[in-house]
Amino acid sequence: MSVLVFIDQSEGHLKKSSLEAMSYGAALAAQSGTEAEGVVLGPTQEDLSSLGKYGIKKIHHVNNPSLSGFDAQAYTRAIAQVAEKTGANMIVFSNNVDGKAIAPRLSVRMKAGLVSGATGLPETGGDFIVKKTVFSGKGYARIAVKTPVKIIALNPNAFTVTEAGGTAEVLAFDAQIDTPKIKVTAVNKVKGEIPLTEADIVVSGGRGLKGPEHWGILEDLAKALGAATACSRPVSDSNWRPHHEHVGQTGIAIAPNLYIAIGISGAIQHLAGVNRSKVIVVINKDPEAPFFKAADYGIVGDAFEVVPRITEAVRRLKG
Amino acid sequence: MKILVCISKTPDTTAKIAFTDNNTKFDTNGVQWIINPYDEWYALVRAIELKEADPATAIHLVTVGGPDAEPIIRKALALGGDEAIRVNAESHDSYYIASQIAAIAREGGYDLVFTGKETIDYNGSSIGGMVAELLDMPYVSLATHFTLNGGQASLTREIEGGEEVCEVSLPLVVSCQKGMAEQRIPNMRGIMAARTKPLKVVEPAAVDAFTEVVGFELPPAKAGVKLVPADQPEELVRLLKEEAKAI
Repeated sequence: MSVLVFIDQSEGHLKKSSLEAMSYGAALAAQSGTEAEGVVLGPTQEDLSSLGKYGIKKIHHVNNPSLSGFDAQAYTRAIAQVAEKTGANMIVFSNNVDGKAIAPRLSVRMKAGLVSGATGLPETGGDFIVKKTVFSGKGYARIAVKTPVKIIALNPNAFTVTEAGGTAEVLAFDAQIDTPKIKVTAVNKVKGEIPLTEADIVVSGGRGLKGPEHWGILEDLAKALGAATACSRPVSDSNWRPHHEHVGQTGIAIAPNLYIAIGISGAIQHLAGVNRSKVIVVINKDPEAPFFKAADYGIVGDAFEVVPRITEAVRRLKG
Repeated sequence: MKILVCISKTPDTTAKIAFTDNNTKFDTNGVQWIINPYDEWYALVRAIELKEADPATAIHLVTVGGPDAEPIIRKALALGGDEAIRVNAESHDSYYIASQIAAIAREGGYDLVFTGKETIDYNGSSIGGMVAELLDMPYVSLATHFTLNGGQASLTREIEGGEEVCEVSLPLVVSCQKGMAEQRIPNMRGIMAARTKPLKVVEPAAVDAFTEVVGFELPPAKAGVKLVPADQPEELVRLLKEEAKAI
């Protein structure tokens, strides 16, 4: 019996959501009186032994050329072999883009019940029950997992990263994997930007900013805060901002610690993609904007006057 | 070519979410039901576009649900599906649902299985991956573009902070999201034609669910917005630092 954490990486570097998954896995292991181990697939630039500080005792590194491009089928095969070898009965993923592709496949392969979008540690007094978000963040469901092996895909930003110190034992794992059927031909990443799903703070703009030429005030605030930038659907549909910045139900769903919405009225579809944010700030000159009902803090005012003053105050604060 | 499009019945995006029976059931009172938007706007419409490019293509629809799912599947037929299969079963377990879809897919010998990226009720993002594993097929998730050249597909999928382009041979399972296609509205001709298109009802395969919903909760109510005067925006920064501890 043990916990196995899939430690996801991008271009050889760990994703922030992997740190959360490891911290969660360590807490889950402590709760269950067992140990947490990790699995890393493909070449990496990380010092894997240092991941012991997140409470991981052993790292199984499968460095097979078949894993250099992402193929959910090949990744699933590798993780299943590690899980079987280690006797893991709880497997933790981040509910991120890769986790959403692999965890369901592994669920079938290992005949293991999956709870995706988990928000916290399970109840283990009787049944193994995990809480997850449903109805696009408008509710929670408590899911009982009835299989001997359980898989949990943790929502990004749902669990605090904790560092306890320690070093992990790194073990090379020789997995048998067929040649992947999917051939990755290009990876196009926006350089120098914080990925939206990884960001602690997101500053987002809507039609209230009146045009792409006015985005500088938003970018200045984002830069001062170390935040990612985002936008509402009408903004991306109008090509004011790139589509990968669109947050909302049809765009990217996010759950940062702080979401600042500027000139966004707060249509229900937008709220469905951002309502898991811990703190929501709304700046809008329309006091009737529905977004104020979902906000923690708000300013009824003109963004062009208010936002630069907020940016200045943040800069003073950060010195 | 044969395409199977997975269709789910979900509450309308604007539906009020409430629970009954001691928070063990979703309150369907006054709820309007729709085709899950990702299934309709992206998976189904992209399949229709492929059929428009190659009229020899057949689009079959599958849904797992009771008789009350039929208005939804008829709408999907009106948009452009050729025939539909309803697996007569109710379940909230993704493995159970995926197993029913895989059984249909296996029997039908499809070249492509399209799903939406997730349903807007259970938000599991699981069906595509599970169906792919059950069928031992490759799976591309969160796809934003899909083109076909003979038996070879080229896809773009979302990754954190960007996108990835890949190539893969059919058969294939794809979960679809924004970018794949644009929403369409059924026309009168399609609605009339849908009335006579085949809708087959089949009984479910014997499968045990892996999970069970034991209860629901609503998020804690918000305390209400704290408004900061527009002429003192600096106060917001102080509140975010000292009170919310968010910066």
